[in-house]
Amino acid sequence: MNLKTTYLGLDLKNPIVPSASPLSQRLDHMKQLEDAGASAIVMFSLFEEQIRAEAESLEDMLSMGTDSFAESLEFFPRASEYSVGPDAYLNLISDASASLDIPIIGSLNGVTPTGWIDYARNIQEAGAQALELNVYHVATDLNESSVQVEQRYVDILKAVKASVDIPVAIKLSPYFSSMANMSKRLVEAGCDGLVLFNRFYQPDYDLESLQVTADLNLSTSHEIRLPLLWLAVLKNRLNTSLAASTGVETHVEVLKYLMAGADVTMTASSLITKGPGHVRSLIDGLTEWMDEHEYVSVEQLKGSMSQSAVADPSTFERANYIKILEKNKAEYTLTG
Amino acid sequence: MKTHKISIDGNEAAASIAHRCNEVCAIYPITPSSTMGELADEWSSQEKTNIWGTIPDVVELQSEGGASGSVHGALQTGALTATFTASQGLLLMLPNMYKIAGELLPTVFHVTARSLAAQALSIFGDHSDVMSARTTGWSMLCSSSVQEAHDLALISQASTLKARIPIMHFFDGFRTSHEIQKIEYIPDDVVKAMIDDELVFAHRARALSPDAPVIRGTAQNPDVYFQGRETVNPFYTAMPDIVQAYMDRFAELTGRAYHLFEYAGADDAERVIVLLGSGADTVRETVAYLRSQGEKVGMIQIHLFRPFSSAHFLAALPKAVKSIAVLDRTKEPGGAGEPVYQDVLTVLGEALMEGELPLASMPRVIGGRYGLSSKEFTPAMVKAVFDELMKAKPKNHFTLGINDDVGHTSLDYDPSFITEKNDTTRAMFFGLGSDGTVGANKNTIKIIGGETDLYTQGYFVYDSKKAGSRTVSHLRFGPEPIRSSYLVQSANFIGCHQFNFLDKTDVLKHAAPGGTFLLNTSYSPETVWEHLPRCVQEQITVKQLKFYIIDGYLVAKESGMGTRINTVMQTCFFAISGVLPREEAIDKIKQAIQKTYGKKGQAIVEKNFAAVDHSLAHLQQVQIPLDINGHELPSVVSDEAPDFVKDVTATLLADRGDDLPVSKMSVDGTFPVGTTKWEKRNIALQVPVWDPEVCTQCGMCSMVCPHGVIRSRTYDASRLADAPETFKAAKARGAGLPEERRFTMQLSFEDCTGCGVCVEVCPAKNRSQVGLKALNMTDKDPLIQDNREEWNFFHTIPENDRSALNFNMPRDVQFIDPLFEFSGACVGCGETPYIKAMTQLFGDRSLIANATGCSSIYGGNLPTTPYTTDKNGRGPAWCNSLFEDNAEFGLGYRLTIDRQKQFASELLHKLRPELGDVFVDEVLQAGRETEAQLIEQRNRIALLKEKLAYIETPDARQLETLADMLVHRSVWIIGGDGWAYDIGYGGLDHVLASGRNVNVLVLDTEVYSNTGGQMSKSTPIGAVAKFAAAGKTQGKKDLGMIAASYGNIYVARVAMGAVPRQTLRAFVEAESYDGPSLIIAYSHCIAHGIDMKGGLRQQKLAVDSGHYPLFRYDPRLANTDQNPFQLDCRPPSIPLKEYAYNELRYRMMSLRDPERASQLLKEGQAYINDRWKLYERMAEGV
Repeated sequence: MNLKTTYLGLDLKNPIVPSASPLSQRLDHMKQLEDAGASAIVMFSLFEEQIRAEAESLEDMLSMGTDSFAESLEFFPRASEYSVGPDAYLNLISDASASLDIPIIGSLNGVTPTGWIDYARNIQEAGAQALELNVYHVATDLNESSVQVEQRYVDILKAVKASVDIPVAIKLSPYFSSMANMSKRLVEAGCDGLVLFNRFYQPDYDLESLQVTADLNLSTSHEIRLPLLWLAVLKNRLNTSLAASTGVETHVEVLKYLMAGADVTMTASSLITKGPGHVRSLIDGLTEWMDEHEYVSVEQLKGSMSQSAVADPSTFERANYIKILEKNKAEYTLTG
Repeated sequence: MKTHKISIDGNEAAASIAHRCNEVCAIYPITPSSTMGELADEWSSQEKTNIWGTIPDVVELQSEGGASGSVHGALQTGALTATFTASQGLLLMLPNMYKIAGELLPTVFHVTARSLAAQALSIFGDHSDVMSARTTGWSMLCSSSVQEAHDLALISQASTLKARIPIMHFFDGFRTSHEIQKIEYIPDDVVKAMIDDELVFAHRARALSPDAPVIRGTAQNPDVYFQGRETVNPFYTAMPDIVQAYMDRFAELTGRAYHLFEYAGADDAERVIVLLGSGADTVRETVAYLRSQGEKVGMIQIHLFRPFSSAHFLAALPKAVKSIAVLDRTKEPGGAGEPVYQDVLTVLGEALMEGELPLASMPRVIGGRYGLSSKEFTPAMVKAVFDELMKAKPKNHFTLGINDDVGHTSLDYDPSFITEKNDTTRAMFFGLGSDGTVGANKNTIKIIGGETDLYTQGYFVYDSKKAGSRTVSHLRFGPEPIRSSYLVQSANFIGCHQFNFLDKTDVLKHAAPGGTFLLNTSYSPETVWEHLPRCVQEQITVKQLKFYIIDGYLVAKESGMGTRINTVMQTCFFAISGVLPREEAIDKIKQAIQKTYGKKGQAIVEKNFAAVDHSLAHLQQVQIPLDINGHELPSVVSDEAPDFVKDVTATLLADRGDDLPVSKMSVDGTFPVGTTKWEKRNIALQVPVWDPEVCTQCGMCSMVCPHGVIRSRTYDASRLADAPETFKAAKARGAGLPEERRFTMQLSFEDCTGCGVCVEVCPAKNRSQVGLKALNMTDKDPLIQDNREEWNFFHTIPENDRSALNFNMPRDVQFIDPLFEFSGACVGCGETPYIKAMTQLFGDRSLIANATGCSSIYGGNLPTTPYTTDKNGRGPAWCNSLFEDNAEFGLGYRLTIDRQKQFASELLHKLRPELGDVFVDEVLQAGRETEAQLIEQRNRIALLKEKLAYIETPDARQLETLADMLVHRSVWIIGGDGWAYDIGYGGLDHVLASGRNVNVLVLDTEVYSNTGGQMSKSTPIGAVAKFAAAGKTQGKKDLGMIAASYGNIYVARVAMGAVPRQTLRAFVEAESYDGPSLIIAYSHCIAHGIDMKGGLRQQKLAVDSGHYPLFRYDPRLANTDQNPFQLDCRPPSIPLKEYAYNELRYRMMSLRDPERASQLLKEGQAYINDRWKLYERMAEGV
């Protein structure tokens, strides 16, 4: 069975890639992922705000109350070095690159094309073989138009591309008026791969404490249909790598994503709940299914049910919607 | 020889030598010397070595007494050992100093000379401490400047090894220890060339060793002790020449020559001043000026004060001298004169008697005192002394720099006599502690000192508040070394970084004509003039100042700097002062920013760069109008203030305390209480505004308010008839209250610091807008006028009846006015709410013994103090003795009360026939369990006094003075963990074990807060503190359990932010227990590195994580067969990390060494787990 695939120009032994998650915060967990068969690992994200906030908090706390009262002009020993910012992150990439055989993909999360972009180069220098750019932008500004939002993505991508030589993928949200056109613009701007999709963590309310709660709810297999749609639509129409992210719980989702057109399938939620060893069961399940159904390679699977490959491309479009509605009308029409 | 110049302060200058010349430093923090020990510790933790290539071992002890003991032991066993101290610390070292000198052990103690606590404590500089140690047999070598502190530190280290006599190397606290100067750094090869290794080997050879045992420290009898004491004389005789020889060697190596007695002045000087310390530089500068005017004057600066070499002194005197003034920076009440004066007279007198006086005739010698507690010492005062010496009968035993209208000792001087040099740039900056002004100026000194050939000097003056404190920076830059050891007197640049200072202090008083004035203001160049006070307008006009403005806060905000205007104002200084060419200066600021902040992250660098660029764009010059139309300065205190406040306190508040004459000060350090209420500091920009509709009247905000600005009353609605329009009220909540009962919570915005703790703790939420609570932060200025009227009206409503309140409930306690209000503690202080609560519950009958530390500073530092009285004039009586003896001091209160109460009882018995048995029995058997009982007893005592007035016996007269003792008095012994866990622990243990009825309140910040964050034995594992720069490795001492082990001590551990009712309950139980009580109270602190408004949340997390388990141990329960130990919190529910890593003191370690941090965290968690098991077993009675 040939499970090999290519993503961002990297030759991978299979299409199972753990996406950015707390599991990549520790080298021993990353080692477990590799041992379980992961073909590459996307690092947890280095956040623009985190770097900024950490530095500012350190400065605020160190300077708080200083030079105010003659007896206590400072409250802390004068440390010679602090590793504020990406040092620990970069060290982990170096260590992982040196001790693991599979590629390490760095991950940067930010919303402005400013100084933090420099960290992209640091990530490359630390040994990452590719970079995933996560533009987690919730456009709440009443004065920011859709044109500006789209341009923001393009600008950030260009800025990052200009500072590194390694391939760069961009992880997108599905909330673009024209997903297809946006994808095309990003590919034209130099993007080497699209990761579909980013999930926005949406708030909930606690009725007793009257507080907005912002907990992290893990994705489930019910959520794969949106990425499935767009993978199928984009496959073979843009010259770029495609990664499926969201809702990969079992080999079934892996198979569907690959058939839609993904080069790799990514998962974090299932690995967090089931542990790093779950990578193995995904691979085993994939292999077994392919065996049973007489597939010989992942390449054979990839895009085999994309819009351009299916018999009726309109299944993915408006015409299909009308069909569904008509079917439902028939099913749910009240009688008598 | 190429020299390396650096800008450092005196502490660093001395410590740099000490660290390189020693193997062991045993230390204990005390202002102003703490920095030396901290630096030594930091250098060792950074693995910096001494000149022999090994890292000195720096160890913090529990007190200076302990430090000197360890120094003694280390010396006896052959280590090169040093310590650093000052003031009371030096006094605690005296016993060991006698031993060390008696045993001829070579060592150097580097001392920042500081005042001793007499009628009051003072952290500032004079020679009271070192002069108290002059009888110990130690050599005393004095430095007058930062360069000298560096140089003479080395000369001391070298000389002591040769002479075998220990040396106290001292320099003036603050003036030298904290002054930043550009000096020539002594490289290692010079240090090595000065220290003779053979002498080091000889020191080791004399050490105690089991391989060649000897015995020292014997006890001697009348037969030989005396002779033994006289054996050392030859060493003292030899020492002056040894020191001079090393001074000469040093001069060969560095080109800087020193002498035991340094003469400066005319060869034919007739008038000479003799002194030592930083004042010598001022005298030298004045002598040079007066000589240029043709006056025959000179001065002798003493370097080696002990042993006092008569020969060298006489040789240094100019032959023509006719009169000498000896200046002492200390006071020896009742003495024939101060120490230096007496020595000089003795030397001259002996020489005269022996016919060896190398002068034409015996000069007239007068002595005077100057500069106590860093009192300014200026050229004008020096001139006054020289003028006095010209008189036929000059005043002897005079004072300088004050107006002594009682003893008439003071010399008049002309303040307009100024000798500032024209080639020196003199700058003054008025800022807030929190706005970063001092930090920016230190940076400026580094830039100018490091990047140009100019010499630099920086000295910083702070006020005595920890929140909203004012700072004044004094900077000088010039082509020659700057030796003006006094504040800037004529400034050609003045920066006022806070607009409201213009109404509070005369910022332009020292502006030089033609100088530059930079003001931070939100007004435009066109409108700013009309908002200036008249006196400022006049000075700008008369002195023809160039006037610039910048909206510093706007620029800071736009640049992402928040309220830190440091970089903004520094940029403006460089742009307009002309110290450096503008472009070059801006470039250098940016380099300095990169250097300073680079290691803290590029984000910080970027916003500082933005601040520099925006500053230049916003800086504007103001065209001076011709009109003088400004307002008069507002009065400092209200017209309703008492006379003392108007007369004395207001003068202090207006920064004119130096002008107060002796007659205005109390003779014994006594002051009236309740003065903070007259100092309306107005330091908050935003204040909490009460929403009566949302409020649940729970009382939590009032309980946790660190500054006592939240008051509550319930009252009948009819009182609202006269209320101001804006006065707020709600229907009072509570079962059975009449319909007309109203509740008002009133805040004093002028006294509020805006800490936001009350808003954080408020549990109520506005149902239509959940972001709002019952208290919401709001811009203050528009509310001030109404708030004043509301506050005044509120106080016309009577306080709630104490006897009807439940003291265990925050809801009830809010109705008792605190007798501790508006202290100068840090914004959001975690200690003060406990003290406040104590004063609410028992303040009217309490006596407080307060250990030195934060609580003694915000509790008792002038100009205003927070303890106050109730409507009957009763309130806490407060005193601070020392740091180390507080428990014993408080026990003394109890001894008096118990003894005199007993005596009063005995007198009552004797007076039964006159007073009546029934009455006497009622007085003697009165209870104290309830408020009502206390009120009844007070009434009885009033009646007793009336009755006594009619009884004509000596016993009646005795009883009149003791009768008040028959009302219960509550003794409170208050201090921090530095006192209770470390320096005062021995005494605390003894007092707790005494069985006497005292209440001990330990404000546990887990660190020495007042002296700037040094480790104590309360500091937990993993926390970073000074002297634990790599994170503390030992667990927090469990003081509560140690005390509980006695069995008869009431012990409680409390955290108001976790379980407020448990806190109140513990206070009530402790006070009611007729024996010793100990309350250990978790106090969040600025030294934890937290956002202070979230301090109470941290308290809760401390408890939830098991770091700070709450319990009460009540010995009374054992009498009823119950378990005296009660756990007051649930088992730990969150990991330690969830609490700890919200605090910089823990997180710091992970930012520097994540692996070590993780290991320490693991150990900390294990410590918590083990301890919790122990507590659980105890609570189960196992």
